[in-house]
Amino acid sequence: MSATTSTWQPVIGLEIHVQLKTRTKMFCRCAAGYGGAENTQVCPVCLGHPGALPVMNRTAVEWTIRLGLALGCEIAPRAVFARKNYFYPDLPKGYQISQYDLPSCTNGVVRVPFADGDREISIVRAHLEEDAAKTTHVGGRTGRIGGAEYSLVDFNRGGTPLVEIVTGPDVHSSEEARRFLQLLRQTIVELGISDAEMEKGTLRVDANVSVRPAGSDELRTRCELKNMNSFRFVAQGIDAEVARQIAVYESGGEVVQETYDFDAATGTLTPRRSKEEADDYRYFPEPDLVPVEPPDARRRELRELAAQPLDLDRATVLVTGGLDRLWEATVAAGADGVAAANVIANRLAGVEAAAVDATQLARLVEARDRIPRAAFDEALGRVGEPGFTADPYLAQEAVSDTSELEPIVDRLLEANPGQVAAYRGGKEGLLGFFVGQVMKETGGKANARVVSELVRAKLAEGG
Amino acid sequence: MGLVERGEVTAAELHEAYLAAIEARDGELNCYLRTLEEPNGSGIPIALKDVISTRGVETTAGSRILAGYVPVFDATVAERCRAAGLSVLGKTNTDEFAMGSSTENSAYGPSRNPWDPERVPGGSGGGSAAAVSAGLAPWALGSDTGGSIKQPSALCGNVGLRPTYGSVSRYGVVAFASSLDQIGPVARNVRDCALLYGIIAGRDECDSTTVELPEPVRLPEREDLKGVRIGVPREMNEAEGIEPGVAEAVARAIELARELGAEVGECELPRSVEYGLACYYLVAPAEASSNLARYDGVRYGARVAADRFSEMVERTRDAGFGDEPKRRIMLGTYALSAGYYDAFYGQAQKVRTVIAREHAAAFERFDVLVSATSPTVAFRLGERSANPLAMYLSDLLTIPSCMAGLPGLNVPCGLSEGLPVGLQLIGPQFSENRLFEVGHALERALGFDVVPERLR
Repeated sequence: MSATTSTWQPVIGLEIHVQLKTRTKMFCRCAAGYGGAENTQVCPVCLGHPGALPVMNRTAVEWTIRLGLALGCEIAPRAVFARKNYFYPDLPKGYQISQYDLPSCTNGVVRVPFADGDREISIVRAHLEEDAAKTTHVGGRTGRIGGAEYSLVDFNRGGTPLVEIVTGPDVHSSEEARRFLQLLRQTIVELGISDAEMEKGTLRVDANVSVRPAGSDELRTRCELKNMNSFRFVAQGIDAEVARQIAVYESGGEVVQETYDFDAATGTLTPRRSKEEADDYRYFPEPDLVPVEPPDARRRELRELAAQPLDLDRATVLVTGGLDRLWEATVAAGADGVAAANVIANRLAGVEAAAVDATQLARLVEARDRIPRAAFDEALGRVGEPGFTADPYLAQEAVSDTSELEPIVDRLLEANPGQVAAYRGGKEGLLGFFVGQVMKETGGKANARVVSELVRAKLAEGG
Repeated sequence: MGLVERGEVTAAELHEAYLAAIEARDGELNCYLRTLEEPNGSGIPIALKDVISTRGVETTAGSRILAGYVPVFDATVAERCRAAGLSVLGKTNTDEFAMGSSTENSAYGPSRNPWDPERVPGGSGGGSAAAVSAGLAPWALGSDTGGSIKQPSALCGNVGLRPTYGSVSRYGVVAFASSLDQIGPVARNVRDCALLYGIIAGRDECDSTTVELPEPVRLPEREDLKGVRIGVPREMNEAEGIEPGVAEAVARAIELARELGAEVGECELPRSVEYGLACYYLVAPAEASSNLARYDGVRYGARVAADRFSEMVERTRDAGFGDEPKRRIMLGTYALSAGYYDAFYGQAQKVRTVIAREHAAAFERFDVLVSATSPTVAFRLGERSANPLAMYLSDLLTIPSCMAGLPGLNVPCGLSEGLPVGLQLIGPQFSENRLFEVGHALERALGFDVVPERLR
């Protein structure tokens, strides 16, 4: 660390968007997620046709609450959706429906383990909103709407549920940001509510960056960094912006509030053209929806679930929305109760329960540790299709050979000394992080149970 | 309406007979924006206000910006009409986006009052009301935000219900002000009105603001009003601008109610009447400014081309919207702007609560409140179109109960200067059955002939 940076402290707040992997969109029954040809997963509601009205996706609301609980948030007994009004071709109604002044989750805190102790990062809020459509600006040099010859809009993404998480200005280095994001991502993946992949845009991070003299507690003018689509780029972007601001102050200048796009190719930041006027989104409560008022009992159930590992009683509490019969049938067909509840609540929410053959689902659930993760995921994606059979998926074997897996595990432990130290210091929740990394390395082909045992053994060894 | 059931006439014959009547007389009245030539149901025909989406049939809401827009889905109310076997005759004229009190704001020319074609039929649902009175539809659906069913029914001399907010689905109805819009029936008598209400009402899972009715809809039978407590809100019956002929007809109807056994007393709604209109003209335009944002020329309806996106949107909206929607978009955008929200929209929503409480207090003593529906009989075309404020005052008496989400029924109660006068009956939430009973008993005793004199 140079003498210069040690006299300045970076002050960073993060805004994270997480695309939930519910079956259906936030306010209509269209399939959510990727895969369809452009503008095929659309209906009058998500295209904003005259008279079409939103209907809230209850699974998305519950998942937001579960995420909020995992982030230590208070869960609002009454959350309200508002309309955020602005014109853009990716917004078919001319407004985005988003929680605003009464979000579902507020005042949380996340402890990020470091070798020299935990850093506490406050969570100001986590709220639910709908995603905009995807635009592609063709022609022109900027890739933005100004100067483009024409723009293409794919409404498949429009209306997908999105959780926005806002941290307090508690992050003080790019490394803290990176670790926090890794932990957050792992939490999300473990909850089973999103794939949270930055490359695919299911996890998006903006950073608000300012610097101040070390030891001071003032908050100076901040700049917003966008378009960073990996954790590494987030760290690079923050470092570049911190260095820029320090240079500005040290040469006697003032930082001007500005939004920058990160350019991965050059590792540099480009300012967006400033708008002539400040945005005025004219928020008001969405009159087409009723407030989100989860009953006290339900909020209590979810809070208890978040606090403890799942057992059967608590797992079945997750199964809602007409899926309880499917769960019963799946267990009757021979599946383990907890595992079936987990799979149904986390993976099949929003699917039409009547379309699923419980026998086939039970076979899949029972084979979940034996077959490759990728095959399991694909099978779950099709389990509601007519005539579905688990046979082709059950024929695949996951990699359970420890001699094949061991080198991968060793390599990962070596690459993540901080997490290893934290795990050994008592953060056993990080086990999932390592398992997730191995699964990623092996393209989902490893046997998760074997990996888990292997990692646990390795970590115990070195302790 | 038993003719079809008894097999005396087929649904197709009925549909064609109405089309023939429309052919003969709608040239003068302009009730319909378009008709459906083919019978499409097994029962009674019906006319739908053009804010109601009809699959495969152009739906414009009276606006140029939706010219050529053909919905890919039916509004829930249209679907329920079809499921009940009703045969859609056509789409009726309306002020643009249901914003107006005369249909003069329609982009497709005004409708005319069948009692006197020099006069307006009221609005915004003037097309539906005029069609029913002129015998160009046996009944119809309208939409009511601040009086768009009740006021035209009053001016055309028929029965119109604005239901309790939340009792009828808004799904597929082109939105004006979402927290106020309700769909309701227009008919020649109270029993028909109740019958049609029964067809469209009830929870719809596509509209989160709807609920299941607490009791089924009953066709009214009672001919007396014994034990019914009728309240006469002083401010609504002494309001400035009520024509003497209107006041007289309303007073006679109240006297008749007493003769039928009702207990009549006076009550007060001071703040509802004083602030209702002002409050409405904050809430409704605010919501409209947001609801009308989707008409940008990108996905459907009219488009005026330009090189840049923002320019295309500006030109499309400039050419597509008439003066009244533009006026309300500007009012509403201002009312929602940062720094003004608390003083305008936020404050207006609080006043709504006050209005609802004031009505609730009155309903502790009374079952039904009565007043004139419109302060005046039908006015002449052009008489108020240059003065928006005078036009807005047409809804002075209908707006307060709309702001409180309450049901209101218009029943014709006599003539003034040869033109119909409407009596407004207001009840607590979900008291439609009670309104039908009172309306039915009064209707029988009044003996009002709904056929305009010149058409008899």
